[in-house]
Amino acid sequence: MKEKVNNLKSNRHKFGMSYRNKTTNRIYHILMILLSIIMVYPFLWSLFSSFKPVSELYSGNPLNFIPQNPTIENYERLFEILPFDRMLLNSIFLSVVIPIGMIVVSSITAYALARLDFKGKNVIFILLIAVMMVPSHVTTIPNYKTIIDLNLTNSYWALFLTSVFTATNSFNIFFFRQYFLTIPKDLENAAVIDGCSKFRVFLQIIMPNSKPAIATTAILSFRSVWNQFLFPMLVISDYDKLPLTVGLKYLKEWEPNWAVLLAGSSLSIVPIVIIYLIFQKYFLQSNLTSGFGGT
Amino acid sequence: MIRTTRKKYSLKAKEARLGWLFVLPALIGFSIFTFGAIIRSLYYSFTDWDLLTKPKFVGLKNYIDIFTNDKYFYQYMGNTLFFVITLVPIVLVFSLLLAVLINKKSKGLSSKIYRVILFLPSITSTIAVSMVWMWIFNPNMGLINNILGLFGLKGPNWLNDPSWAKPALVIMRVWQMSGYYMIMFLTGLQTIPGGLYEAAKIDGANKAQSFFRITIPMLANTTFAVVIMLVVEAFNMFESIFIMTSGGPLGSTSTMMYYIYEKSFIEYKMGYASALSWIFFIIIFIITLIQYKFRNEREGE
Repeated sequence: MKEKVNNLKSNRHKFGMSYRNKTTNRIYHILMILLSIIMVYPFLWSLFSSFKPVSELYSGNPLNFIPQNPTIENYERLFEILPFDRMLLNSIFLSVVIPIGMIVVSSITAYALARLDFKGKNVIFILLIAVMMVPSHVTTIPNYKTIIDLNLTNSYWALFLTSVFTATNSFNIFFFRQYFLTIPKDLENAAVIDGCSKFRVFLQIIMPNSKPAIATTAILSFRSVWNQFLFPMLVISDYDKLPLTVGLKYLKEWEPNWAVLLAGSSLSIVPIVIIYLIFQKYFLQSNLTSGFGGT
Repeated sequence: MIRTTRKKYSLKAKEARLGWLFVLPALIGFSIFTFGAIIRSLYYSFTDWDLLTKPKFVGLKNYIDIFTNDKYFYQYMGNTLFFVITLVPIVLVFSLLLAVLINKKSKGLSSKIYRVILFLPSITSTIAVSMVWMWIFNPNMGLINNILGLFGLKGPNWLNDPSWAKPALVIMRVWQMSGYYMIMFLTGLQTIPGGLYEAAKIDGANKAQSFFRITIPMLANTTFAVVIMLVVEAFNMFESIFIMTSGGPLGSTSTMMYYIYEKSFIEYKMGYASALSWIFFIIIFIITLIQYKFRNEREGE
């Protein structure tokens, strides 16, 4: 009898708990959904507003989310002012090619610094690490002058060289070196005994074993190139060659109609969001490894 | 015997040659675009230079002018410090809060979706996001003032008002930056052993106590990394200002980065701008050093 009562009591206790849990659970999800809405709403709002006709954008209620009379006239106007389709391709091209260059240079340098023995190695390593601390605004003016002297204005070489050989990539060298040091030496030794050259060891053993490091560097470099603004603005003047970020700047200067401006912003936000959603796992991981995060 | 040492020697020489060969491209490139650029920037800072004619050496004149004869320097430095002092603590607390909330239920689809969404603003370009937020802050047609209007409140002029432009930029940057640091905190949180919380619970600690006595101390290293990165990012505020306010109204949002840009690529005072860059670099450097020192002292206790 007593046991039964106890049982009942504990049961009631359990019910009470689960009821309470359910409420806190609900509050938790409401809070999280609210936060998520705050984070996504500006994007969606800009995207939906870009399909509103001008009159609706300026005189309708801004809180009306869905366009009443959806139109693509803003996008048509956008392509009339500036070659936005071309700029989108430019941005994609640059954010693929420049990171590849960054990875090739940084990984092979890092391999030499991690695994090959030569005089002056430590000095080079320390120099490359030290420049990570120098902010880019210090090197902008001299590099702008160098690009003019090399006659590389209006050329993608200007963007390529200043991305591959500056502080962002010295971080990649550091990052790859740390990663290569964790790869067991036995793997390489076996290949060396088999008569592999060091270069082939690098290509066929080190790189295939460094996929996570490559993914991280690729994502980080992709992000930094996609968002590049000041230097492309300074050195590229052909509208056909501009990346999206700089194109948006000109759009803002020339077009007073906000419906068109929102169309331009949306067009430059949507592609990277799609890429992010496809590779979100890698994006979130790359952040962890890059930020010296962890413990 | 001799042969093997010679072979070894030649192998070593071969390895050294190969090592140099591998670092050579980076070495040449960095010598021009980084090492060389740093030295030249330092040299330019002692010159009067308009980019077209030859730089004219003027000694310390730029530096003296900046400190004694440039009221904008102090005003814009003040603006920059305002952004650092507001952004760093707000983003720090907000991103930690987000991380704790996500970590509460770190498994399951819903938590994954929240994580992806909260991180979203930090991957998009500041330029595009700034355009969107300019419209959000629009006094009449913007989202914020219309939502405030629902509650019968009249919103300010935001970006057009010298006293509201700074807070507007802070709001936008907090929104954009927090997701990134949230992920960093999340990793830190996931390394804290769950046993610690259970032990504290048995000892009768409530949630707030275990948060302040376990979570915060165990996150010390992550917090340190976050603060270092955040301070640098807050100091370097440029693109959002470039698009949203161009430093205005009345210079109320001009930061050092924007000032350096103005001096160099609008006024073409390259020498003066280089001196500004070095002063700004040294200030950030000293503040970073102080942070490291502060941490080492606390660890010594």
